[in-house]
Amino acid sequence: MSILIILEDNNGKIHRMGLESIVGAQELASSLGLKTSAVVMGSNADALADEASQFDLGEVIRIKDELLLTYSSDGYTHAVKQIIDSESPAYVLFGHSYQVRDYVPKLSAKLMKPFLADNIALNVEGSTMILTKQMFNAKLFSDIAPSDAGPHLISFQSAAYNADTIASGSPNLRDYEVSLEPSMLKTQSEEPFKESAEDLDLTAAELIVSIGRGIGKEENIPLAQEFAKTIGAELSSSRPVVDSGWLPSVHQVGSSGQSVSPKMYLALGISGAIQHVVGMKGSKNIVAINKDPDAPIFEIADYGVVGDVLEILPKLTEALK
Amino acid sequence: MKIAVLVKQVPGSESPLTISTSQNWLEESGVAYIMNESDNYAIEEALQICEKNGDSEVVVVSMGPDRVQKVIREALAKGAHRAIHIRTDAQDSTDPLTTASVLAENLRSENFDLIFSGLQSDDLGFGQTGIILGEMLEMSTASLAMATEVTNDSIKVKRELEAGYFQWVTMSLPASISVQSGCNVPRYPSLKGIMGAKKKAISEVASTNKDQHQSIKKLYPPSSSKETLMIEGSTDEVVDKLVQVLKNEIKIV
Repeated sequence: MSILIILEDNNGKIHRMGLESIVGAQELASSLGLKTSAVVMGSNADALADEASQFDLGEVIRIKDELLLTYSSDGYTHAVKQIIDSESPAYVLFGHSYQVRDYVPKLSAKLMKPFLADNIALNVEGSTMILTKQMFNAKLFSDIAPSDAGPHLISFQSAAYNADTIASGSPNLRDYEVSLEPSMLKTQSEEPFKESAEDLDLTAAELIVSIGRGIGKEENIPLAQEFAKTIGAELSSSRPVVDSGWLPSVHQVGSSGQSVSPKMYLALGISGAIQHVVGMKGSKNIVAINKDPDAPIFEIADYGVVGDVLEILPKLTEALK
Repeated sequence: MKIAVLVKQVPGSESPLTISTSQNWLEESGVAYIMNESDNYAIEEALQICEKNGDSEVVVVSMGPDRVQKVIREALAKGAHRAIHIRTDAQDSTDPLTTASVLAENLRSENFDLIFSGLQSDDLGFGQTGIILGEMLEMSTASLAMATEVTNDSIKVKRELEAGYFQWVTMSLPASISVQSGCNVPRYPSLKGIMGAKKKAISEVASTNKDQHQSIKKLYPPSSSKETLMIEGSTDEVVDKLVQVLKNEIKIV
């Protein structure tokens, strides 16, 4: 019985969520006495194997195949299914990245095993495994248990585990051959690209003023712009503001935008959906203003105001001028 | 071209959420339900393809109790041609693998060219059903679509990747695509559409009971990992206190 950790390539390095899932695997392995195997594949498999070989793992499994050089959901689904079939792991762990969201549901269908997705905690007590996940836009937590026997396909939300606490070691490297045919791949992928010619680096900003749906309408954006200018902050936003076309996408913070950790992150009318929170919860001081007292942003805020952004903001700007 | 759109009715973002006495679901009577946000974009994408291609049909599909006919009518009012309502108790649809199995069973004979779904539901948020369904029906799949271009027998999808990147992928039809919110501008139903929707057919089918592959054991309010200082008072008082916090505690200047 073993734990497989499927690692993802992020420009030649192990995706940060992969490092976090290694920490989860290390904890699970030590409490259940299981062996850990980290799986790397793709065009940077060698570099990823090198990086993984410094961690406390039972082994590193490297898959090299022409058809896995570029990511495709079919290719990755077949490759991971083949290794699960031959290794019969008890657990298969993933970071809940965009890539994992794209292909692991297919794997779930092929194996007819549930994909226990996007968890913030995993606890095993005796023969019962309980996974904790946020539901209802992060307003409630849910304890979930699989009804089926393993292998359990489990993904972890960003920061479920702290990658800084990863234990080091020197695992063996093993090459694994998959058998893929071009006919298995129904999709042809082109090179990834960035859309916007405009570039805005929010990652170095000391102060960030960020707006969400609670700003109400496009005509109110200048209120936030003026406030940001007054205190010398960068302006960012959550996804709905970009989706509505009120700000260009370069301003977006969250899983599909930038990840920031400024000295202060002032969230104006942002509910705190997890897709946004993963991009800013490392901020030193989080100040949240929202009219909904149950908004999940208050769970992670250091300072909170339940109130109307549109009433507070102009007066706050005036007071700080 | 025959296109299905999967839609789900979920609690609105400002709806009260009271946990039921069984602790593993909501007290449904107090919930204000709406169309799942990203499903609006899925409907719009299907309607636009339908309008471009002509000679196409958009079929809206939803699973759940009677109340979900409200979002079905909404989709019909926007322009979908007919609907399939698979009746289940809300609590019987909390496992995406089971939900997709039920959908596959009921939709297989329709032979859809395309299935659109929203990226994830704002209630459970598993984000898998459309992709699992596609795999079960042996379709091509893609998630996080931000744009689509349909030709005769293939679809090109612009997928959102992480950190501001995108990627075009091309796949043969039939295909099941989950769309990201923001991929288009969803229309509002017209008055004519609303009137017309009343005459459109909703075929109702009873779901067969299936064992769940995973289940919710307990729902509970989140435990805050942080101590949050709540600033209260009139607007002027709140502003004064915020200025103190910004200047003296966080020291922004």
